Amino acid sequence: MSLTTVEPEAPAVSLAKPEQPVGSSGFESWGRYPKYNSRVVPLNWQGDFPSVLAGTHDSALPVGMGRSYGDVCLLKDGTLLQTTGMNRLIDFNPETGLLTAESGISLAQILDFAVPRGFFLPVTPGTKYVTLGGAIANDIHGKNHEIAGSFGNHVPCFELVRSDGTRRLCSRTENPDWYAATIGGMGLTGLITWAQLRLKPIVSRGIDYEGIQYHGIDEFLDLKQRYQHVEYTVSWVDCASTGKNFARGIFMLGEHSKVPGELKPSPEPKLVFPFDAPGFALNHTTVSMFNTVFFHKQRKPHVKTVQDYEPFFYPLDAVLHWNRMYGKRGLVQFQYAIPWEHAKEGTIAILREIAKSGLASFLAVLKAFGDIPSLGMMSFPQAGIMLALDFPIKPDLTFPLLQRLGDMTLEFGGRLYPAKDAAMTAHQFQTFYPEWQRFARFRDPMLTSSFWERVTDSTGA
Amino acid sequence: MSTLAPPTSDTSPALDQTGVTRSKITKKILVLGATSGIAEATCRIWAAQGAQMFLVARNPEKLAAVAADLKLRGAAYVGTAVADLDDTDKHAELLANAVNSLTGMDIAYLAYGVLGDQPRAEQDFEHAAQILHSNFVAPVSLLTWLANFCVQRHAGVLAVISSVAGDRGRKSNYLYGSSKAGLTAFLAGLRNRVDREGVTVLTIKPGPVKTAMTASMKGSEKFADVNKVAATIVKAIDKRADNLYVPFQWQPIMFVIRNIPDRVFKKLNL
Repeated sequence: MSLTTVEPEAPAVSLAKPEQPVGSSGFESWGRYPKYNSRVVPLNWQGDFPSVLAGTHDSALPVGMGRSYGDVCLLKDGTLLQTTGMNRLIDFNPETGLLTAESGISLAQILDFAVPRGFFLPVTPGTKYVTLGGAIANDIHGKNHEIAGSFGNHVPCFELVRSDGTRRLCSRTENPDWYAATIGGMGLTGLITWAQLRLKPIVSRGIDYEGIQYHGIDEFLDLKQRYQHVEYTVSWVDCASTGKNFARGIFMLGEHSKVPGELKPSPEPKLVFPFDAPGFALNHTTVSMFNTVFFHKQRKPHVKTVQDYEPFFYPLDAVLHWNRMYGKRGLVQFQYAIPWEHAKEGTIAILREIAKSGLASFLAVLKAFGDIPSLGMMSFPQAGIMLALDFPIKPDLTFPLLQRLGDMTLEFGGRLYPAKDAAMTAHQFQTFYPEWQRFARFRDPMLTSSFWERVTDSTGA
Repeated sequence: MSTLAPPTSDTSPALDQTGVTRSKITKKILVLGATSGIAEATCRIWAAQGAQMFLVARNPEKLAAVAADLKLRGAAYVGTAVADLDDTDKHAELLANAVNSLTGMDIAYLAYGVLGDQPRAEQDFEHAAQILHSNFVAPVSLLTWLANFCVQRHAGVLAVISSVAGDRGRKSNYLYGSSKAGLTAFLAGLRNRVDREGVTVLTIKPGPVKTAMTASMKGSEKFADVNKVAATIVKAIDKRADNLYVPFQWQPIMFVIRNIPDRVFKKLNL
């Protein structure tokens, strides 16, 4: 028959007035900057790609939940292939913890399945609202980088489908070059239809947590050294303060509790940031107050407790749409990894520059990366120090500052993280990622992103 | 329609091939149109409850993907059949096999339907007839068999996805709307007939639902989450409700829309 079967909910949607004309969408990245129009086409089934592109000559880009901050998940005037409906489980081995799932499944959905069965993600970022495919494409990292490496290190294999319809099974031994190009490949090498992920066993939702105040980079480095055997380490650093409070912070340690506990799934978050905050809500005074309160919230210099994994790994997930706090103009992130050789001097210099600017915001994260090599050609993590923080967008101030910070990162031999970026120049990118031209040969000719166009533009500054 | 009679016993020796011990409390659910978004989300809840399910859909790859997922999520049994549900001649055999495979049936969940192309249907009667067939005639065939099966056993829930679009015809989709209006009226009559036999008929009318298709639309935050919609449907079935607007706000909205006088309504662009 000639009719196409549709989802039963689709007809009802037509009762509401379409909010946007066909051909544009309100798809935003997490930073809500930049904003581009594009066409969003859902991929609900593994067989949908590349047939959904038939008859179009638009460029396309596979995207997940839009939790990258800048423009790696955007494509101006192109087609975004949204994979979140492609979220089925394919196989699970409770003996080995090896999970196979479609690439649009979110880490939250994986946790809902895995935790009651006694398993946990091998590597998790600071939000669980990212897809499996996105986690591979950005080769994300977590608080256990020093002992576990990045996400791709736990993905034994996946399927890659190109826009010409060819399908490749990719692993370290099969199509190893495609495997390396796709891990950290920003979605540009093709569509990951499904992937395997090696989960790790847990016996409790609990995390044995310790929080330790520190003052300055030397104390941070001492703590890092002292606790290098601990699975999860991260620190919050105050980027707003100068003088005696310069680079004060809280060093946070965690390990999965060894005491068996109830392994129930997480409840749904109840809080939603309800509206765009006005532009004046975030200013130097409110941010400094926040940082001071956060620092002293921990009343003793050293606390020990057991906490649920949700607040430990995903404190911000408790408030959906927290990015609205930055108002309509959005935010940009700045995240570098500087190798040990210049890590300390680089971090001090950059923190000073940030504090001087008065633009710092809250929740800057300072962490050490370990030396387990990432498997991706374009992966971000490298052994050394990593700093990540948000800036509200103040057009005249934020972007010049980001240029300076990017250049400083470059001078200290570091690199910036494409998944968090909206500002690095073509020159910076090409210096940070010397493999980029080799990687470009693996890009699918139909796929690109606004990020890729920006940083490979030979005319760009 | 074939004359194949519904099986009269759920202990038919036929088809317990799985060897799984089936607890009396786990639900036995027949899902027609199992690869639709709402149906799949609903099935995931039932799977987590350890239900036994038989899934029918047209596309074999999609059906296999859904079935594998539900098994991993905890379904005690998942049987499948590939079928074009427009083909009413095959309904009796299909349903009999499904019920045998489940060794009984507590719930039939009908999530099968087409949107069609309204502008085309305005010009092309064949297309209009096709919409009516898929959304009304074929469900009537399925539900006639299923209702008779349930009446014989004085038990069962028939949960059917209709639409708010069936509450009043609008120019943007009145072929679809009238097919669903017919379905809603059929269900009301069927309920009136079989309720006294211990059989529940649930008419489900979904409003806009957030799916992959609408996830990035402006305003989609206000759309219903498909998993919440599914959870509401599961609850309504457990409560043996008769009618369900989901989300519930659509009940007052449709009350207003139904009661706008035609001299006003006919001028609106809905």
